[in-house]
Amino acid sequence: MKKFKFPMRYVPISATILVFFIVYLIGIISFDNFGSPKVFLDLFVDNAYLGIAVIGTALVILTGGIDLSVGSIIAFTSILIAKMIATGSNALVAIALALAIGIAFGMLQGWLIHCFSLPPFLVTLAGMFFIRGCGFIVSEESIGIKNDPVFNFIQNDLTIKLGKGMNLRFIVIVYIVVLLAAIFFSQRTRSGRSIYAIGDNELAATLMGIPVGRTKIMTYTIAGFCSALAGVVYAVYLKAGNPLNCVGLEMDAIAAVVIGGTLLTGGVGYVFGSLFGVLVLGLIQTLIVFDGRINSWWTRIIVGLLVLAFIFMQNLITKISKSKSKSQ
Amino acid sequence: MDLLQTKGIEKQFLGVKALKGVDFAVKAGEIHALMGENGAGKSTLIKIITGVYPASAGSVYFNGKECKFRSPLDAEHAGISTVYQEVNLLPDLSVAENICIGREPRTKLGFIDKKERKVQARKALARLDIDINVGENLSSYSIAIQQLVAIARALDVDCKLLILDEPTSSLDENEVKELFKVMKKLREEGMAIIFITHFLDQVYEVSDRITILRDGQLVGSYEAKDLPRIEMVAKMIGKTPDEINQMQAGIVKNTKFGDTVYEAKGIGRVGTISPVDVSIREGEQLGLAGLLGSGRSEIAQIIFGVDPHDSGTMTMCGKSVNFNSPQKAVKAKIALIAEDRKVTGIIPDLTIRENIMLALQASKGIWKTMTLKQQEEMAEKYIKLLRIKTPSGEQLIKHLSGGNQQKVLIARWLATNPKLLILDEPTRGIDVGAKAEIEALTQQLCGEGMAVIFISSELEEVVRDCDRVIVLRDRKKVGEVAGSDISLKNVMKLIAG
Repeated sequence: MKKFKFPMRYVPISATILVFFIVYLIGIISFDNFGSPKVFLDLFVDNAYLGIAVIGTALVILTGGIDLSVGSIIAFTSILIAKMIATGSNALVAIALALAIGIAFGMLQGWLIHCFSLPPFLVTLAGMFFIRGCGFIVSEESIGIKNDPVFNFIQNDLTIKLGKGMNLRFIVIVYIVVLLAAIFFSQRTRSGRSIYAIGDNELAATLMGIPVGRTKIMTYTIAGFCSALAGVVYAVYLKAGNPLNCVGLEMDAIAAVVIGGTLLTGGVGYVFGSLFGVLVLGLIQTLIVFDGRINSWWTRIIVGLLVLAFIFMQNLITKISKSKSKSQ
Repeated sequence: MDLLQTKGIEKQFLGVKALKGVDFAVKAGEIHALMGENGAGKSTLIKIITGVYPASAGSVYFNGKECKFRSPLDAEHAGISTVYQEVNLLPDLSVAENICIGREPRTKLGFIDKKERKVQARKALARLDIDINVGENLSSYSIAIQQLVAIARALDVDCKLLILDEPTSSLDENEVKELFKVMKKLREEGMAIIFITHFLDQVYEVSDRITILRDGQLVGSYEAKDLPRIEMVAKMIGKTPDEINQMQAGIVKNTKFGDTVYEAKGIGRVGTISPVDVSIREGEQLGLAGLLGSGRSEIAQIIFGVDPHDSGTMTMCGKSVNFNSPQKAVKAKIALIAEDRKVTGIIPDLTIRENIMLALQASKGIWKTMTLKQQEEMAEKYIKLLRIKTPSGEQLIKHLSGGNQQKVLIARWLATNPKLLILDEPTRGIDVGAKAEIEALTQQLCGEGMAVIFISSELEEVVRDCDRVIVLRDRKKVGEVAGSDISLKNVMKLIAG
């Protein structure tokens, strides 16, 4: 006798997807053009950089850690690229350097967290200040990227034309590819599963012979890479770099991860969910822009309420599954 | 030849010597029991052998070679598989993952083969005769199943030495039997097994040899058949057999009961416990007996106001009361020492003194503080009274052994001067000597007029200590025995139904 049971672990992610469709439906009902494919595509274009950053944050949170350096790394890499291009460097060299710095910085943070058993919150807080400051050393003001051959190539030749004036921009493709890779990595590789194990119970993971230190450092390295890549995408998206950009973006990333159904204490959730977390954030923003009458800061209020609702839901689910295993 | 050998292993934790030069050897094809009281250093020794901690001095030889494992994974690669004390698994991952994580079957491209993982997990469980849905989260199964999953994981690798640290503490009788069958089978296959347990019967049921540790030192290794049980206990606690007999005989039940302290009529909570009557008099020790999950702890939680009751009434000293929070119960002079002292009891990073102070301070409110001197005097008093083994009251409680931690918890509640003391599994996971001391202590408290509710899964203790026993089955009261009717046979009969 087999009864169909909806597994508890799919509840949060299902709720996220449901919220996404509800918000989308509200938009379609309220505004004429909301349902058009262009709006949907723009959602991806406008949030590609955030989405990439969220992937790194999601992995870090799955280990039970946190990364506060995300926004600063984005700002730093975008201004670094803009400055290098402005002073005559090849854009590809600039991008490669930016990514390398992101990787190295993430690795350093992971190493500090693991080797000295320092709290991730504090290490990445220090990292946040440090790299934000570095951005201002590079340039105190915003620098535009004009007539760069590489950027033009990305803009014009790497865009897939879907017809009817719709374009699949390269940054969206990058986001989708990184997302798919991260989903696959987290579900189907030993390192990916180790991330979950550490977040679930670090002591048990150690005793089960999982390479905890290596996995943690790797995770923060990936997060550093994601932040730097988000910075590159951001530079491409805005065609500029600015050391002031993305202040507090790490909080949006954390919110997206929570709304995406990942437990802040680690071990539970899906990278896939972070896609919907980002899309929900983007949709609310779009909705308010469409309306035009409401103050755009209402986005924040709604996001705040949503995060709270998801925390309550997860709390409830944790309690239910606990009492279930107790009653057996 | 010995498969595993340790020579002069020493280990220091923050100035405390946990192991003082231990020589220990295990042969292939034997089940070797490692015995000792809590704090004797068994778990520490295991953790050094398997590379969780480095040794301060001494060396470990495995398969004739000196080994310095730096992690459990290292040890596993060499052929040592371990199931550590307490279930150390990943509750939010599936059973299959818990068995296979770190060594998942992979496809040619190096990615995890999910189907094969399930097959591998099922195979590992089949070795223990378990058939469960391996795709479910581990946390959806009982602790007993989780324990067996941990063992299945340990057996899933090619190992020569299997270490089982307290594998039976959460298993019922049949599961223990199954486990022993497997252990014997593995022994025949030539595997060496180190077996740690608190249950003395189990030691003799499966072990070939017994090694005893006391206070971090080796007492000796013996053939199981040449070591009478009473002598083993004597060696474990460092007393002669005669002294132990005296200790056990020293438990004298109090027979003078006063007025009713607490009475509950038909208290219950839907889905937790069916309505039940509970009453207890001054100086009386009331036992709650039943299997795990029969509703023992649930009654305690309702009395103490942790869980609200949705039926019935209660009176305390003749006055009608209704506790909807533990604070109210504490004010009415009830104390509960809860089941899992690690989770609900001790605050590991506070000192013994501070741990003892907690409940008293909470009941006084934060404004009426005690001076440091008063606190120290109080800690000193209880350390002496309960014979807590510690250099001073300023020691952090996490450095004490399980039995001594339990005593600190009892001290914490005694400090509030309760009329009704509820002890939920006070003797779980503590050693023989400390058990006897705690049993004697409850008798002493009863003699002073305190009412004690005693919950234990070890029926011998309940029978030995209690004046009246309420027997529970499937969240229902199924009977009550008192006075001379209390015997192991009678209680068992009621439990079995």
